[in-house]
Amino acid sequence: MIWDWNYTLEILPILAKASIVTIEATLLSFVIALILGLILALLRMGGPVVGWLASAFVELVRSTPLLIQIFFLFFVLPRAGIVLDAFAAGVIALSLHYGCYCSEVYRAGLEAVPRGQWEACTALNLSSWNTFKNIILPQAIPPIVPALGNYLVALFKDTPLLSAIAVLELVQTAKMLGSENFRYTEPMTVVGLTFLVLSLVSAAGIRWLEQRLNRRSVR
Amino acid sequence: MGIFSLSAMLVAALIAIAIMAATGDNAVFMPGLLQGAWLTVQIAVVGCLLAVVMATMAALLRLYGPSPLRWLAVAYVEFFRGTSALVQLFWLFFVLPDFGVSMEPFTVAVLGLGLNVGAYGAEVVRGAIQGVQRGQWEATTALNMTRWQALRRIILPQAFVAMIPPWGNLFIELLKSTALVSLITMSDLTFKAKTLNDFSLKTIPIFTLALLIYLVLSLCITIGMRRLEQVSLRGMVRGRGR
Repeated sequence: MIWDWNYTLEILPILAKASIVTIEATLLSFVIALILGLILALLRMGGPVVGWLASAFVELVRSTPLLIQIFFLFFVLPRAGIVLDAFAAGVIALSLHYGCYCSEVYRAGLEAVPRGQWEACTALNLSSWNTFKNIILPQAIPPIVPALGNYLVALFKDTPLLSAIAVLELVQTAKMLGSENFRYTEPMTVVGLTFLVLSLVSAAGIRWLEQRLNRRSVR
Repeated sequence: MGIFSLSAMLVAALIAIAIMAATGDNAVFMPGLLQGAWLTVQIAVVGCLLAVVMATMAALLRLYGPSPLRWLAVAYVEFFRGTSALVQLFWLFFVLPDFGVSMEPFTVAVLGLGLNVGAYGAEVVRGAIQGVQRGQWEATTALNMTRWQALRRIILPQAFVAMIPPWGNLFIELLKSTALVSLITMSDLTFKAKTLNDFSLKTIPIFTLALLIYLVLSLCITIGMRRLEQVSLRGMVRGRGR
């Protein structure tokens, strides 16, 4: 028998519980990545030295594997006296990695705001914080929402890497179930299908959001 | 970043590796790391070749294939883009043996990564082909070319130029995904770094060296693709009379 339905039903609740960890890690990392990305994008627009350092950092993070960054943080942070559990270290690594990707997206969005908007704010004597918060950001964000959404899906699909530092998310749970029962077929397939369904649903969600935002901005 | 600052970064990374390897007794880690890096390069190169082949096939089938094959191509792209690369690798590695198909870890690695990146590449190829101006197709009809001739001589060469930058990104993605094969028992760069760390506990130098080696490899890809883009743009720019 290649597929055992009883076994499948038995492992479903365990996998459902593990999927909560996956979703928690995804959402938490994404929120931090969004904030971090904005900060990095602003730093890159800042002075020449700060800007160059921020660019080099983004380039370094984007061109090295996430897995080794996760290992790095997981093993190096305790040396610096910061003892974190695997979940926290994983979330930090994920948000750093995707924060760098998001900073590129923000940069594109900010650069797309016409110069005249900045000049008009100067003419109206708005403070730079006010300009940024009330004029520039509201125009920069809506066009980049789809791109940010794609990174949300990408981040979601990278959460299995946390299994490498023994976070009990979907893939690690499936692997453990597989090695306990000597049957990998059912848990791995169920996990694969879960990922497929969730990413297709979120892709559809992003398309819907994109249409909505476009409708609002074309006036 | 421009090709100049990329090259500067490459040189800086190489110097950093040399300095780190020369300080203390870090030199003992280098043979292991370089051995791992060589396997990483092998997987990346074969994986990239497979990805390009799969992407081209899937894109052409999706655009011009008969409908059953077209659906197959769509299913391939959606399936591999929708699930996680690690899940795909684990599935190939742990589940396929249950169906009586056992493969070498190297084959699993190349297949998993190549198929995964190929699915993303299929969308790149499709976008590039569809980006070629309609007039080009019409001109080939006027010249009485067959569809295949038109595609091979007129459309693909023009689409090729548009594909280079996104393929550069995908090759880097693939290089970075090779780190995943350390989780299916292959001793690539990440695996070597992890094992060296497990018994020497010199975490910071080992992982920094590994990160720098990955950085060097990615920079080589980026610079190579930039050069390729410049070389292949040469005739185009003149032809368009820019």
